[in-house]
Amino acid sequence: MGKKDIDFNRLNNISKKSNVVLNIILAVYGFLCVVPLLLIISASLTDEKMLAIKGYRFIPEAVTTYAYKYIITNTPQVVTAYGITILVTLVGTVLGVLVMALYAFPISRPDFKYKNFFTIFLVFTMLFNGGMVSTYLIGVNVLHFKDNLWGLIFPYLMNAFWVIILRTFYKTNIPDSLIESAKIDGASDFTTFFKIVFPLALPGIATIALFAMVQYWNDWFLASLYINNPNLAPLQYLLYQLQTSMQYLLQNSGNIGGRAGDVLAKMPSESARMAMVIIGVGPVILTFPLFQKYFVKGLTVGAIKG
Amino acid sequence: MSKDSVGILKRNDIDIKPSHGFWYELVKNKALFLMLLPGVLVLLFNNYLPMFGIVVAFKDFRFYDGSFFSSLLKSDWSGLRNFTYMFSSPDAFVFIRNTILYNLAFIITCTIIAIAFAIMLNEIYSRKLSKLYQSAMFLPYFLSWIVFSYLVYAFLSPDKGYVNMSILKFVGVKPVFWYSELKYWPWIIMIVNAWHWVGNNCIIFLASIISIDQEMYEAARIDGASRWEQIVHITIPQIMPVIIVMTLIFVGRIFNTDLGLFMIVPRSSGILAPVTWTLDVYVYNTLLRNGDIGMSSAAALFQSVVGFITILAANYAVKKIDRDAGMW
Repeated sequence: MGKKDIDFNRLNNISKKSNVVLNIILAVYGFLCVVPLLLIISASLTDEKMLAIKGYRFIPEAVTTYAYKYIITNTPQVVTAYGITILVTLVGTVLGVLVMALYAFPISRPDFKYKNFFTIFLVFTMLFNGGMVSTYLIGVNVLHFKDNLWGLIFPYLMNAFWVIILRTFYKTNIPDSLIESAKIDGASDFTTFFKIVFPLALPGIATIALFAMVQYWNDWFLASLYINNPNLAPLQYLLYQLQTSMQYLLQNSGNIGGRAGDVLAKMPSESARMAMVIIGVGPVILTFPLFQKYFVKGLTVGAIKG
Repeated sequence: MSKDSVGILKRNDIDIKPSHGFWYELVKNKALFLMLLPGVLVLLFNNYLPMFGIVVAFKDFRFYDGSFFSSLLKSDWSGLRNFTYMFSSPDAFVFIRNTILYNLAFIITCTIIAIAFAIMLNEIYSRKLSKLYQSAMFLPYFLSWIVFSYLVYAFLSPDKGYVNMSILKFVGVKPVFWYSELKYWPWIIMIVNAWHWVGNNCIIFLASIISIDQEMYEAARIDGASRWEQIVHITIPQIMPVIIVMTLIFVGRIFNTDLGLFMIVPRSSGILAPVTWTLDVYVYNTLLRNGDIGMSSAAALFQSVVGFITILAANYAVKKIDRDAGMW
């Protein structure tokens, strides 16, 4: 840490001793947040036999990338699932952000007569919902989401809370006078939105985009409701199925007898499954620096300044 | 930041202007209506249509030829039978108790820990270190519950887990069969939940601390207040509106739980049901595993209606205490 970083002019500070204590507490907690992931990374790089003998360790004893090679070459399902996850995440994030950013604009305009109606129409969905059963029945029977990728995209396109954050972001960061003068210059509402509002609200929009991306990437729930066709299963759902079938076989190995052993032997090994977990986490971690850049500026200004 | 600026719907949002008819507005502002259209359609199909579907809970639902809604109309009314069935099972009480108690515990622990960390992050000298800690704390929020379940498994697996194989072996304690011991799970669930959420909540509080007017602290310092006194008398009161809104949002969701946390992290273990099954797990399993539309829809409707009443009541209570503090 360079000296520039520390503001020695700040007279109004906690004592040096308190500073050290707080730093230790924060460092320990921060470490605890990251460390479990290291255990998985280590397991994915450990030789299967060592894993069976020594259990999960933070430092792998016999390092091998065999697990990664194995899942890429021997399990075409993982590659397909990865493609599905990427497709759903890309389409969902782009569409979702567009739908939400557009919806937030009219309800942020003080001169729009129906802004209250449309705000209530939106906020009401945060207060009351039809519940899982009704949503599922309508998803399957009316919207035909069964084995349809739209079923993984459509339900997350609008999030009332995020729209409110965006609306507030527009209100606090884009001066009314700017929009008024654009109107006087003859710009249409769409031009104003795409040329002025969208670029100025970029930190807020980027934050929402990253949230949406994480939600799509990490979703297993919609897939468990709607997807039966293994070729349409996203990665998280594949990992979930692997866990449940493993659990089922282990619990029932007595009843099924020798066959369970055969099936278990064909399942990806423990280190291969951990490698799948790491592959499943991958890109989300890569977006992290972006998130840091926008997050405090984006979400928080929107959420708090009302 | 003024107090009334926190709410989601602002009191003074209503403006008075010469009024025109709807059709006049529609033509004049057709671009604005066009911008709303995609969102309105998504909300209608995704959120409002299922609200009408809740009638299913009062029906003996069967599929007939034709669409879902015509089947719904043709199905016989069953009155409250689905509800009496559900509540007559002794398990229902357990699920509802679990749901409420876990959520109360989450609201208290997560909020307090997150506020404490937010204040610490704001107080330490180095901004760079503060950023680094924030990143580390925020990381778990990015991991899916599936990934979490594998992480927890890496620690708790009976034959390979880090806890049994390294920690307990080291201190000479016999291995514990974590996935079949009920007594540990309330704690495991609380720890995993905090691990997932604290970083996220912490950053929201931190941002509102950052936006506090620095002159207030300067004035307090000149008056001789210590930094600790400033935290108690300036920081906490200043972020109170945010704390209230966040708590209200959590209270409004007191009948909802994260399926991932309660179903996937315990690896759907049947033995753990008495301490890990919540309303959501019950609804999910009754619907998808047993295919029982009647019982699950009754439970889901109960969840939605009671949740709705809770959030209205919580908002009302908060506004009784402080007129400007509520969500609307």
